[in-house]
Amino acid sequence: MRGGSARRRRNALVAWLFALPFVLVFSVFMLGPLVSSFLMSFTDFTARDIDDPLAVGFVGLDQYAALFGNQQFLHSVSNTAYFVIVGIPLTTALALALAVALNNGITRFRTAFRVGFYTPVVTSIVAVAVVWRFILQPDGLLNVILGWVGIAGPDWLNSTTWSMPALIMLAVWRNLGTLMIIFLAGLQNVPADILEAAAVDGANAWQRFMRITLPMLRPTLLLGTVLLSVGFLQFFEEPFVMTKGGPLDSTLSVSYFTFNQFGFGKYGLASAASYVLFVAIALLSLVQFRALRSKD
Amino acid sequence: MTTQEMTRKAKPRMPASRLLTYAVLIVAVAATLLPFVWMFLGAFKTQGELLRRPITWWPEQATFENFLLWFNELHIGTFFLNSIVVAVSTVLGNLLFCSMVGYALAKMDFPGKRFLFVLVMVMLMVPGVVTFVPLFVMVSKLGLVSTYPALILPFLAAPMGVFLMRQFIMGIPDSLIEAARIDGAGELRTFLRIVLPLCGPPLATLGILTFLGSWNNFLWPLVVAQTEDMYTLPVALSLYSTGQNATDYGLLLAGSVLVITPILLLFIALQRYFIQGVAATGIK
Repeated sequence: MRGGSARRRRNALVAWLFALPFVLVFSVFMLGPLVSSFLMSFTDFTARDIDDPLAVGFVGLDQYAALFGNQQFLHSVSNTAYFVIVGIPLTTALALALAVALNNGITRFRTAFRVGFYTPVVTSIVAVAVVWRFILQPDGLLNVILGWVGIAGPDWLNSTTWSMPALIMLAVWRNLGTLMIIFLAGLQNVPADILEAAAVDGANAWQRFMRITLPMLRPTLLLGTVLLSVGFLQFFEEPFVMTKGGPLDSTLSVSYFTFNQFGFGKYGLASAASYVLFVAIALLSLVQFRALRSKD
Repeated sequence: MTTQEMTRKAKPRMPASRLLTYAVLIVAVAATLLPFVWMFLGAFKTQGELLRRPITWWPEQATFENFLLWFNELHIGTFFLNSIVVAVSTVLGNLLFCSMVGYALAKMDFPGKRFLFVLVMVMLMVPGVVTFVPLFVMVSKLGLVSTYPALILPFLAAPMGVFLMRQFIMGIPDSLIEAARIDGAGELRTFLRIVLPLCGPPLATLGILTFLGSWNNFLWPLVVAQTEDMYTLPVALSLYSTGQNATDYGLLLAGSVLVITPILLLFIALQRYFIQGVAATGIK
């Protein structure tokens, strides 16, 4: 075909023109900072270097070494791990139970229940954290309700033992809806005739769930937990509004630690901490993909 | 009436297990919504009533004082306007830019296409804390701290939106696009006249999710809006709630009501699209 390569070049140009606005925003505000942050984590960049960013000194892995020698950072890592390790399975299990109940357990009012459980998802974390801080006061609503059944609730947000469970409670409450919707969509794809055949063969509801529904839901479970982990690993607003990371750093997350170092002007250290978090997110996603795929 | 219908009507009651499921779900949904009920009730109570024990449910003397304080002394109008300007600009940018690049990725062949798509996918995993430090340095260098461009530009074209639009546009039959090209329509014309009009559902999803994300966005506005006239609603609420008003719960609950209500109304009106959106971005 005559002029084929000229036309191809022209088509490529047109395509890149379509991509141009996105590519500009993407390079300047995402990719650029992502690379800069990586580079900054190997320098002694501080707030004073903003005027002349190229004059900073290269310090190799010193920031990472400082980070892993920093008790507060290590504490924030274990807090984040606590939040994720308890929060993810709890949210996933509850969301799955809700989805199954809505899908198989009832026949009416599905939409109303779905909307009800989903409502916390759409609301600002800052605003709901303010409300929850009020509910979690020592003589607040939660402890009043616990009092009805004879439980003397703790001073949730001022106790090093109970502050994290309180934040996890808030996170489960706020994220349940998202997973529930994703799981509901997944449940729709489980063929009814296979379930019916199993029922005819004498499998009870629990066996059908464990042997058919759950295995077929594997990709959906995978997707849901990965999405959730990416969010949970970054938790920041909840402690920022509710506890300021306290008491005694018991709710200081890695994101919050990073934010604080940024506030102190230690940009190099903040970048290193944020990269550790990034690697953790990437690794966890990878592990979950493997774990949930391996049984296929 | 056939016999079948009669037996169905005559069916005495639903099975016990289903009844139990309903009971559990009703308790669970009530517990889920209780914090909102408590917020709305509390926002109309006086500080005295909020601190009194035993607790009261319905406000004894409903007061608008908490709301009036936000309007008259704390300039909530400004924060509201900032949140709206940022959210609307972000939505418009995403609708246009994500569908443009989505079209290119779905229906055009060009060198670097695979690379671009992989980058988009990788970027989906990058947390906000990783980019905000250099981003802040750049914004400072440009003298843009506490300006609308600083609040808006970084969010104008989100990778999630690109992914969503590409997935949808891939499903549009090639024959439609080929036909337009044979008729002599250029790519821009094909995009505007053929592709975009078909993209209603994903654009609605993208618009809603982007608006929601922008309205509730916190970390970046907190960092970059350093003067009170540029605060967005969540930033203002968080700073008041941790500053000298930290225990003024009437005020804080009223603030939460003001932040949450617009989104709640939007959600109730468009709940179908919200929920479809989550299922779509999650499943595809």
